[in-house]
Amino acid sequence: MVTNHQEHFFFEHYGLTNNALETYLGAALSAGGDYADLYFEYLTSTSLSMDESLIKSASQGISGGCGVRVVSGERTGYAYTDDLSPQRILHAARTAALIASAPSKTTVAGFQQKPARSLYPVSLASVDAELTSKVELLMRADRTAREYDPRIREVRANYSDELRTILVVGSDGTFAEDSQPMARMNVSSIAKTETTSGRGSAGGGGRVALDFFFGEKTPEFFAKEAARQAVLQLDAREAPAGDMEVVLGPGWPGVLLHEAVGHGLEADFNRKKTSAFAGLIGKRVASEKCTVVDNGTMPWRRGSLNVDDEGHPTQETVLIENGILKGYLSDKLSSRLMGLANTGNGRRESYEHIPMPRMTNTYMLAGEDDPGDIIRSVKNGIYAVNFGGGQVDITNGKFVFSASEAYLIEDGKVTAPIKGATLIGNGPDVLTRVSMVGNDLKLDEGVGTCGKDGQAVPVGVGIPTLKIDRMTVGGTARKEPGGFMQ
Amino acid sequence: MTTALENNETKIALNLKEIVGDVVSRAMKAGASAAECVVREGDEFSAVVRLGQVETLKESGSRAIGLRVFFGQRAASTHSSDFSAEGLDRMLKSALELAKITSEDPFGGIPEAGMLGSLKGELDLFHQDVYSLPSAERIDYARRAEKAALDSDPRIKNSEGGSFDAASGRKVLANSHGFVGEYRRSYCSVAAVPIAQDESGLMQRDYWYSVARSLAKLESAESVGKEAARRTLRRLGARKVKTAQVPVVLDPMVSSSMLEHIFEGVNGDSVYRGASFLAGKLGEQIAAKNVTVIDDGTIVGGFGTTPFDGEGIPTRRTVVIENGILKSYLLNTYTAKKLKLETTANASRGLAGTPGIGPGNYFLERGQKSPKEMIGAIKDGLYVTEFLGHGANLVTGDYSRGASGMWIVNGELAYPVEEITVAGNLKEMFLNISEVGSDLEFRGSVAAPTIRIDGLTVGGE
Repeated sequence: MVTNHQEHFFFEHYGLTNNALETYLGAALSAGGDYADLYFEYLTSTSLSMDESLIKSASQGISGGCGVRVVSGERTGYAYTDDLSPQRILHAARTAALIASAPSKTTVAGFQQKPARSLYPVSLASVDAELTSKVELLMRADRTAREYDPRIREVRANYSDELRTILVVGSDGTFAEDSQPMARMNVSSIAKTETTSGRGSAGGGGRVALDFFFGEKTPEFFAKEAARQAVLQLDAREAPAGDMEVVLGPGWPGVLLHEAVGHGLEADFNRKKTSAFAGLIGKRVASEKCTVVDNGTMPWRRGSLNVDDEGHPTQETVLIENGILKGYLSDKLSSRLMGLANTGNGRRESYEHIPMPRMTNTYMLAGEDDPGDIIRSVKNGIYAVNFGGGQVDITNGKFVFSASEAYLIEDGKVTAPIKGATLIGNGPDVLTRVSMVGNDLKLDEGVGTCGKDGQAVPVGVGIPTLKIDRMTVGGTARKEPGGFMQ
Repeated sequence: MTTALENNETKIALNLKEIVGDVVSRAMKAGASAAECVVREGDEFSAVVRLGQVETLKESGSRAIGLRVFFGQRAASTHSSDFSAEGLDRMLKSALELAKITSEDPFGGIPEAGMLGSLKGELDLFHQDVYSLPSAERIDYARRAEKAALDSDPRIKNSEGGSFDAASGRKVLANSHGFVGEYRRSYCSVAAVPIAQDESGLMQRDYWYSVARSLAKLESAESVGKEAARRTLRRLGARKVKTAQVPVVLDPMVSSSMLEHIFEGVNGDSVYRGASFLAGKLGEQIAAKNVTVIDDGTIVGGFGTTPFDGEGIPTRRTVVIENGILKSYLLNTYTAKKLKLETTANASRGLAGTPGIGPGNYFLERGQKSPKEMIGAIKDGLYVTEFLGHGANLVTGDYSRGASGMWIVNGELAYPVEEITVAGNLKEMFLNISEVGSDLEFRGSVAAPTIRIDGLTVGGE
C-alpha cells in the first residue's frame, strides 16, 4: 500500500517533527491570526508521448514545497517556499502572518490524526512502475487507431502519471497525510478524405495503478473510440441553430452539471453573493426528477480524495434533492464564516495556491426513464454524447459546453451526425427543463480538469441520459417548421 | 537597502549560470550527444481587496530546473525544484535512463551552433520599480481600483474585488554548443471586477485591467475601476435574441481570439501533422485583403519580447499573413526541419518535454476606421464583448461559441444581449473579416483591433 510506505514521508525525508510544525504554526499566528495551516507537497510525475508511431517525448519531474496560510477574519495571507529548510518555512510563515495585525492570541492545538481512509490503495504507484510497460500502452494505442480505418492519418497517444504526497497540519489540530496516485492516457486522431476531415479524442484513467490500463480500460478501448469519432466527423452535417429539444447521453455530458450548477454552488461565491444561486437554498432550481450530488469518496476516481487539501475528510454532499437546492460545497473558511458544515471540498492545485471550495465528482442520480423512450419522445432535436469542455459566468449564470459528437433526432430517431456545436443555457433554470431522466447513470472515463481562479484540479462528472426541453444550440443551419434545413 | 538587494541578486544569477553550465557538461560527460538546461526563477506578489477590506495577500518566490538530453536521435527530459547536489544528480540520472526508452527521431536535436545567440541592446523588459512600493501602497492600488468602480453608480452593489499584482522572473538557458543566455522580465497589473444589479435582482459582472512592465507605465487605479464599472453596467438587462445571420463586430477584448485561432492554424506542430486547415496554404489567400498579421519577438518593452527563444535562437519579426496571403508558419527547430523550412524562433520551452511553439508580440495590423465608424455602418448586428467556451476546431474550421455583448440597431449599440451563440467556419470567417479597426492596443502579447466579420450565424430563440 502506498499509504503505508509514505507514512510520515516529510518526517523521514525532511526531518520534520511535531515540535517544528508547532513552531512554524506559532510563527504564522504571531501577528494575531485566527487560524493557520501548512500544506507540504512532494510530487513526482512521468509523461510519455507518441507521435507518428515514435516515442518522441519522455519526461520525468519532481517538485515540492510548503504553503503557509494564515486566516484572520475574512482575510487570508499566503506564502510558500520550494525549499523545506526550517529558515525558509519560518520566513514564509512570518510573511503570511502579516495579514493580521494584533498580538498573538491563538495557540496551536495538539495534532490529531484521524483514521486514514483508503480510496485508492495501489500496491505500486504507476509513477514507479516499469517505463517499458507504459511505452507498450502507447504502441498498442497507436497501432489500434491506425488499423481502425484507412482514413485515419494521424495518431497521437499520451500517457502521464503522478504521485502526490501531502501533509496538512492546522492550528486547530488538523494532521492529515495522504498519497494520491493519478494515471491517465489519451489518444487523439485525425481522419481525412480528399474533401473532408475530422478529429477525435478519447482518454481516461483515475487514481489507479498501471494495471488499470491492462485490464479495465485498455489502450485499444481509447484508440478505437478516438478513431471512431474522427471517422464519424467526416460525414457530419451542419448543426442546427436556435432553441430546441436536447438529449444528453450518459457520462461525460455531465459537464453540464459541472458548469450549470456546480460552480454556482461553491460556497465562496455564495458567501460573497456573487453567484446567481445565492439565497436559493430551499428553493426549486430543477425539475423534481433531478437529484445532484458531489461525492469525493468514490474509490479509484479521478475527482476523489481521502482528505481534501485542508486535511478534512471528503464526503458525499447532496446539492439538489428532487429539484430543491439543498446545500453548497464548502471549505474551512466558508464553513466558518457562513456557519455551515465543512463538506470537505477545500482544494488547491499545489503548495503555491490558496485552497478554495471546489467540486470532486459531481453527478445526477439515475431516474426511471428508458433511454430509448427518451429519444423516441423527441420530434426535432439533437442528441449530444461527447463534449469538449465548458465554461460558466457564475454571476449571471450563463454557461456553455461544446458538443464534439452529436446527432440530429428526427421523429424520435437518431439520424445524421452533426458538426461540433456549442450549447448555451442559464444555470439556475436549465435543470427546471429536464423532463426525462434515464436509468443509465454513468460517470466519465476520468478526463476532467477544472479551472477556477487560475487553479487546475482533477474532477469527475456524470449523468444518466437526460432530456432538456429547451436549450440554445449554436450551429449554422436554420431550423424550419417541421425539420432542419441543410 | 537597494544596493544590498542588487548585490544579492547578482550573486544568485552567477550561481544559476554556473549550475546550468555544470549540468550540461555533466550530461555530456555521461555520454549525451547534446544537452540543454533551463532554470526559471520567479517572485510574485498579489493583493486582493474586496468591499474595501483586504481579502488576500500572497507573496513568494520559487525556482525550478529542467534538462533535455539527446543520445544521438533519442531525447528525454527531466525537471526538478530540488537544487541540492543529490536533487540535481537524480535529475541527470533519470534523464539518461529515460532516453533509453524513446525512439530514434531523425528530426530531433538542438539548434545548430550558428543559429544561437541573443538580441543585443536594451530590450526594456525588467523594472525594479514593480516591487518598489511598500505593501500598504500596493494594497491601496487595489483598493482605489475597486472604490472607483463601486463609486461609479449606485447599481454597482457588489464586487469580486480590486487587485494589484507584481511579478518578476529570470530565465537562464544553456546548451552543449556553449550557448548561455539569461534575461529578466517584470510586470505589474491592477484590475477591478465589479458586480452590478438591476431592479429585478439580476446580476452582471465584468472587469478591466491595466498591465505594464514598469509601475511607472501602469494606468491609474481610478481609470481602471471606472472602465470596469462602465463595462459591467452596460450588460444590465441583457436579453436573448432571435436566431439570425447578421454582421458581427468583435471588441478588441475578443478579436484577439481570432488571432489565436490563426496561431493554432499556422503553428508548425499542427501544420506538419495536418491538424490545421492552413497546412499547405503558403502563398494562398486565406484571409481578407485587409488582414496583415505579424509576430515580432523583438519589440522594445513588449509583453511578448525575449532576447532569444526557448532554444536559444535570437527572436525575430515574422510576417505571418500579408494582405490576406499566408506568408509564413510559426516554427521551432523541430517543426522547421519536419517542414524543410527555417525556424522562426518561436520555440517556447517550459521545464519539461520537448519545446513547443509560442508567440512573441503577435498582432493584427491596425486598419483605418474607428470602432464608432465601423458600428455606425451597421443597421442590424451583434457587437461581441465576451466569448464563452472553446468551440473552435482547427482541423475542420468548424466554429461555435457562446457570446454576450450589445445588439447594434441603426449604427448604435442599442441594448445588451446574452445567452446566444456565434457559429460559422474559420476558413470563411478569416476571408470575411470585412473591416479592421484603428484601435490596436497591447494588453498582453497577443493583440488585435476591433474587427467586423460577415456571414456568421447568431443562435438564439
